[in-house]
Amino acid sequence: MSHHIVEVQDLSYTYPDGTAAVRGISFRIHHGESVAVVGANGAGKSTLLLHLNGYLTPQSGTVRIGDFPLTKETLRDIRRTVGMVFQDPDDQLFMPTVYDDVAFGPLNLGLPPDEVEQRVQKALVRVGVAHLRERPPYKLSGGEKRAVSIATVLAMSPDILVMDEPSSNLDPRARRTLIELLTGFQHTKIIATHDLDLVLDLCQRTIVIREGQIMADGPTTEIFQNDQMLEQCHLEKPLRMQACPLCSRKSSSMAP
Amino acid sequence: MHMADALLSPAVGGTMWVATAGAIAFCAKKVQQDLDDRKIPLMGVLGAFIFAAQMINFTIPATGSSGHLGGGMILAILLGPHAAFLTIASVLTVQALFFADGGLLALGCNIFNLGVFPCFIAYPLIYKTLAGDRKSPMRIAIGATLAGIIGLQLGALGVVLETVLSGISELPLEAFLWAMLPIHLAIGLVEGLVTTAVISFVWKARPEILEYSATSRPLGNLSITKVLTGLALAAVITGGVLSWFASSFPDGLEWAMAKTSGQEELAAPEKGIHHFLAGIQEKTAFLPDYAFQTNEQEPASQEKTPPSWLTVDTGSTVSGLVGGCLTLMLAIAIGFLFRKRNQIM
Amino acid sequence: MAKIESTFSDLSRLDALAARDSVIARLDPRVKLLTAVVFVLCVVSFDKYVIAAMLPFALFLSLIMGLGGIPANFILKKLVLVSPFALLLGMFNPFLDQQILLYLGPIPISGGWISFLSILLRFCLTVGALLILIATTGFNGVCMAMEKMGMPKIFAVQLLLLYRYIFVLMDEGQQMYRARALRSFQGRGTDMKTFGHLIGGLLLRTLDRGQRIHLAMLCRGFDGTIRTRRAPRLITRDILLFVLSCLILITMRRYDCSLLLGQLLTGFAQ
Repeated sequence: MSHHIVEVQDLSYTYPDGTAAVRGISFRIHHGESVAVVGANGAGKSTLLLHLNGYLTPQSGTVRIGDFPLTKETLRDIRRTVGMVFQDPDDQLFMPTVYDDVAFGPLNLGLPPDEVEQRVQKALVRVGVAHLRERPPYKLSGGEKRAVSIATVLAMSPDILVMDEPSSNLDPRARRTLIELLTGFQHTKIIATHDLDLVLDLCQRTIVIREGQIMADGPTTEIFQNDQMLEQCHLEKPLRMQACPLCSRKSSSMAP
Repeated sequence: MHMADALLSPAVGGTMWVATAGAIAFCAKKVQQDLDDRKIPLMGVLGAFIFAAQMINFTIPATGSSGHLGGGMILAILLGPHAAFLTIASVLTVQALFFADGGLLALGCNIFNLGVFPCFIAYPLIYKTLAGDRKSPMRIAIGATLAGIIGLQLGALGVVLETVLSGISELPLEAFLWAMLPIHLAIGLVEGLVTTAVISFVWKARPEILEYSATSRPLGNLSITKVLTGLALAAVITGGVLSWFASSFPDGLEWAMAKTSGQEELAAPEKGIHHFLAGIQEKTAFLPDYAFQTNEQEPASQEKTPPSWLTVDTGSTVSGLVGGCLTLMLAIAIGFLFRKRNQIM
Repeated sequence: MAKIESTFSDLSRLDALAARDSVIARLDPRVKLLTAVVFVLCVVSFDKYVIAAMLPFALFLSLIMGLGGIPANFILKKLVLVSPFALLLGMFNPFLDQQILLYLGPIPISGGWISFLSILLRFCLTVGALLILIATTGFNGVCMAMEKMGMPKIFAVQLLLLYRYIFVLMDEGQQMYRARALRSFQGRGTDMKTFGHLIGGLLLRTLDRGQRIHLAMLCRGFDGTIRTRRAPRLITRDILLFVLSCLILITMRRYDCSLLLGQLLTGFAQ
């Protein structure tokens, strides 16, 4: 079944100022998979993500989302299928109230007002912010903003969720809430992040990017065992997998 | 400088509102037709930017006093005249609503003075002519500075004319002009220099931004003339009608009421409290005396006689003062009554 | 406190007031906006020597403030803050208009002083009306009302977007201001060139943000038309209240109610 497959073939993109951000990336993600995209700053993660909803068009190579190759005509359908959550929620919440923001997508899809109301309510309840309906966005906390920005995307019923640094700037409780929320989602998830512990919790598969190319693509646990490769890519093991600071101090003081 | 409701007459205020509303509608249509829908979020954030930037001060060289950015020219350069006008109008609206910078009636004047002149005269005729396509630091500097000066001078002229035509402030035209124009020359110069500083920075860091705004939608000569002519006509017609209205019938509202009720003045009922009060009024001794007294003390010849429609009946003024004080006290009392209830903030 | 910091708190406070529930807050925004317009028109249309007849309008405002749950001293404080502006506007009047218009006992009062006081009162009333409008309706409500009453949609959207991002930009501006303040001493560092760099940087970041917002809009299907939800229908209660308010305002304008009240009292005193 070809639906909901994300297929990228030999994708390349160079910015106008000469930066070759993506240099020949290929992968295939199946329906329901939860994939992390990790790498150093400037490795090309964001550029890659921007191709997945058609904001950038590949200079060479192809992108295919479900049944649609990425072309000008299919943009609208692709954007309905792929929901993108940005790094800075303030960029995503631009309407006067939470309700207006979540309703923005469905209204643009041309849905009748009753259905819009239904979708908005459903999305708000799903992320647990139904009580913030009439709140203006600047009165939300970081965690609430993050939840609402996810709701704005959910209201369009996408099949694929793409998220850019979802746990950044969240306090530990908000972060935990986010992880629990995302664990419950059945969508295909593609998450670009530095938060490797989140990757361990959420993503079975990890793609490591370095200087615009894929360094590794495989099961998360395997990838995180490869210390050498991680270091090459300016990464570390997730904190959970590193030696416990308390225990290692004790053991080193008792070392033979 | 901003116009204020307190100095504005309904006639002048209304006229300017008509002109401004027309300009807003025109620009809204233009922006809508613009195929670049990037402008919509850009106008919003740039408006917020101007708002925030106006709060940060800088020291003006040679004077040591602190100055603030106006921003009209920057907006015009980045967004083009139509979108910039809407942005300026929105910033002024927020300032009027939240910070009493002027007032609701004066908003029409302010948007006109601070929006139309920079966007539709200073920017196209001066900045674009000088800096337009062949950009260089020198051209940007001269263009921005001159445009800033001229834009602000015209704005100041607008304020003066609107105030004098309203007739509420006593300042004569000449004195006002002598006060406003030189000050705004200096302010315009500063504005121009700061605009230059900011635009030069942008041009050095990301010249493609300025390229984009330069090539999009040039304002052809024909459209400026059309816009200005249209506005002028609207202003003249409305102003003419309203002024005639105001001069022949000193109390426009009364006239309107008379017309609608079909009588010269709403006749007081024969019986009832009004009659009773009127009777009491006649019987009180000191009020007629006061009026009589004042009249006798006035010199026979006066340099300045109040216009016939502006007679102040001194008799009623005393009662007016008493009643006024009482009303004021009532207002304060109500404030106190509700004070406890509304104290939670 | 720097202007930017006080402005920030002002805006949020005013908007917080608007979020509270009260009799006035529940009224349709269109009604409230129109009433404010009628109010301002009435006040502004008084002749320049009128004082007492305008005072009933203060009573009207006081009543609305009370019913609307707006703390009076908040409004008064704001009025006091902007009053120097009014003083500046009117202060020439007493010098230019020296014609004696009335006597308060033995003290002559010139027309200039009367028109000066009139200007101050006018100022307080019009500014107060606006502040109370925002405090009881909220900016979003006022924009919605204006849009439903014929304001071009693009402009309404512009106002809403502007308001939405004012807080974000003010935040960034504040940080910048503080960063500069911590490193400038005795007037050095606040020159125009530094300002140009600071503001230029803020401008570039703002342009980038505008780009990202546009992207976010596109991702949710934006095609150039902004669609908003339907406005609630105007209910009879609100319409009646509007008519009543207009009647009251026009009556106060037409008849000098202070005078009548005063006459009533002085009549009884006899």
